[in-house]
Amino acid sequence: MRERLIYGLGAIAAVLLARNLYSIFMQLPDEASQGMIYRIIFFHVPAAITAMLCAGVSCFTSVGYLLTKSLKYDAISVSVTEVGLAFLAANLVTGSIWGRIIWGIWWTWDARLTSALVCWLLYAGYLMLRRAIEEPTARARISAVFNIFAFVDVPIVIFSIKWWRTQHPQPVFWGGGSIDPAMYLTAALNLVALILLAVVLALIRLRQEEVQREIDSIRRYAHAV
Amino acid sequence: MNAVAAEGVWKFYGDYPALRDVILHAEPGACLALIGRNGAGKTTLLRIIGGFSKAGRGQVRIFGNDPRETGTRRRVGWIGHGISVYDELSALENLTLFGRLYNLTDPHKSAMEWLERTGLDRVKDGLVREFSRGMRQRLAVARAFLHQPSVLLLDEPFTALDDRAIAVLQRLLREALAEGRTVVMSTHQLREALELATHVALLNRGKIAFHGERTAQMVADPGWVYAHYDEA
Amino acid sequence: MDFFRQTLVIARKDLRAELRTKEAINASLAFALVILVLFSFAFDPLEEQTREMSGGLLWIVFAFAGTLVLNRSFAREVPNDCLDALVAAPISGAALFMGKALANFVLVISVELVSLPVFGIFYNVHWTSQIWSLLLVLALGTWGLTVIGTIFSALTVNIRLRELMAPLLVYPMLIPALMSAMKLTMDLIAGKPLGGENEVWLRLLVAFDVIFTALSLVLLETVLVG
Repeated sequence: MRERLIYGLGAIAAVLLARNLYSIFMQLPDEASQGMIYRIIFFHVPAAITAMLCAGVSCFTSVGYLLTKSLKYDAISVSVTEVGLAFLAANLVTGSIWGRIIWGIWWTWDARLTSALVCWLLYAGYLMLRRAIEEPTARARISAVFNIFAFVDVPIVIFSIKWWRTQHPQPVFWGGGSIDPAMYLTAALNLVALILLAVVLALIRLRQEEVQREIDSIRRYAHAV
Repeated sequence: MNAVAAEGVWKFYGDYPALRDVILHAEPGACLALIGRNGAGKTTLLRIIGGFSKAGRGQVRIFGNDPRETGTRRRVGWIGHGISVYDELSALENLTLFGRLYNLTDPHKSAMEWLERTGLDRVKDGLVREFSRGMRQRLAVARAFLHQPSVLLLDEPFTALDDRAIAVLQRLLREALAEGRTVVMSTHQLREALELATHVALLNRGKIAFHGERTAQMVADPGWVYAHYDEA
Repeated sequence: MDFFRQTLVIARKDLRAELRTKEAINASLAFALVILVLFSFAFDPLEEQTREMSGGLLWIVFAFAGTLVLNRSFAREVPNDCLDALVAAPISGAALFMGKALANFVLVISVELVSLPVFGIFYNVHWTSQIWSLLLVLALGTWGLTVIGTIFSALTVNIRLRELMAPLLVYPMLIPALMSAMKLTMDLIAGKPLGGENEVWLRLLVAFDVIFTALSLVLLETVLVG
């Protein structure tokens, strides 16, 4: 049943993405000051929003694990975090490319990019922490607590970096950041497509995590006999 | 009411059940010897009883209460694999520390008393890291008995003890049992354990294979329980 | 109250054990001095620009040197299985956390107070002009550092590669607190008083401290027992 869900959602996501790509490259005109490159915003921003949603779900399931002790929640937590981390990386890369084209430099310490980088480091820490714990129940518990700390830190990080940057002005990134209403639809649809893509990837990862757990327990049985 | 009761306890490591539906009890004043092979789950079970980890399913009760409750913890004494005393502190400092943690009325006096009872009064100001192995073990015993616990949980207490420490521990356990305290100990050393035990429980791969009173036959032939109840 | 009494018992125990060996505090102090010297090669201490940002450099020194002390917090309970004895004892997780955090705070701030005059000399910085405000910032920033360091020491106590993992996890979490402390310190050294423009940083630092202290008090028991 889950496989059908994966294929189904994947198909919808693929269709949406195809439609959006067509729309983005064929139909919409070049932006006034930035030219071709502005189209990257249709991926850059939704990627960040998707990553943030993943962080939220991950924290929710971490709390869920601590309350119920059911490893299902832990599996969702790690799957969603990995997918979110990938999308956040996409956000960083697209942001970097944009900066290179517009400003000629690969990285500006722009508030949003810096926050994204710090959040990426936080959640990469979550994955590294899991790597270091072998026993599944302890791993779930420890990483769940870490996840809560990380998630609580995210808004504090975003606010503090934003405030730091307003006091140390850098080249403003988006040049205003207003999107023509005609593009709203495409942007929103791309967000939906990316979210669906995230769900599909998370489900695949989730399946892998569950299989891994089965293998682990079979291995323990084998050792015990 | 049972001093210690495990009711349908399961413990999972991931999906693997290390303990399966364990039902166990010890009445006040009993000495329960928990035996079983390596990997059977003795330490796992004992640590759940002691409140160091939580059961995946089922529950443990000490005098009817959760082991993690503060009041319950005050009545439980624990000797695990490590000595659980600080190398950088002296014997007296260690016991006074634990006396304070356990809210004793006169931590210093209790500490001195137990140093005497374990034969460590002459080295009370020595740092633990300078102690011999036997002395460290006797200090561990003093730490566990210091707050007069009603329930003593011992994880393989006779392993790696020298003869003097074994004698001290056996004497103290006999005195404790005479005072009506309850002892649950996991052990490989069947002979020493069966001398003191009133009840025996055999754990085999996470399940209780035998749980009953100690018989004369068991004392005479310590391997008897294994022979009759343990699966290959 | 039981909580305060138990907190003090734990704090005294940690301080006594550490002061007897002085392992962590010596290493921390030596590390702080070494970094201060290293920075002098990277940034010319005589340049005006360096003096302006020296407040920021100072907190990097404090964060790195402090982590040495903070990692030991729960790591010191591992030999001899002392952690078992603490978990078994009838003290609340909150008291255990607070006791350790207090002891850590005293140790880290001692290292900082020794490093401060050295820093002043090496970088020709006048830090005494607004001494009470600076001490306040020092205390608030160090408490944030201490809280995160202590709870993460507990998180990683039974983990492989503990010494590598704990710092890796701690620094990203500390960024808001370090940022605030850096900004406030730089302003104070430059002669600007607290309040007005930098009040937001002070509030951020206090908020950070309060939120993560509360979170740690509540979650320590879960971390250690489940």
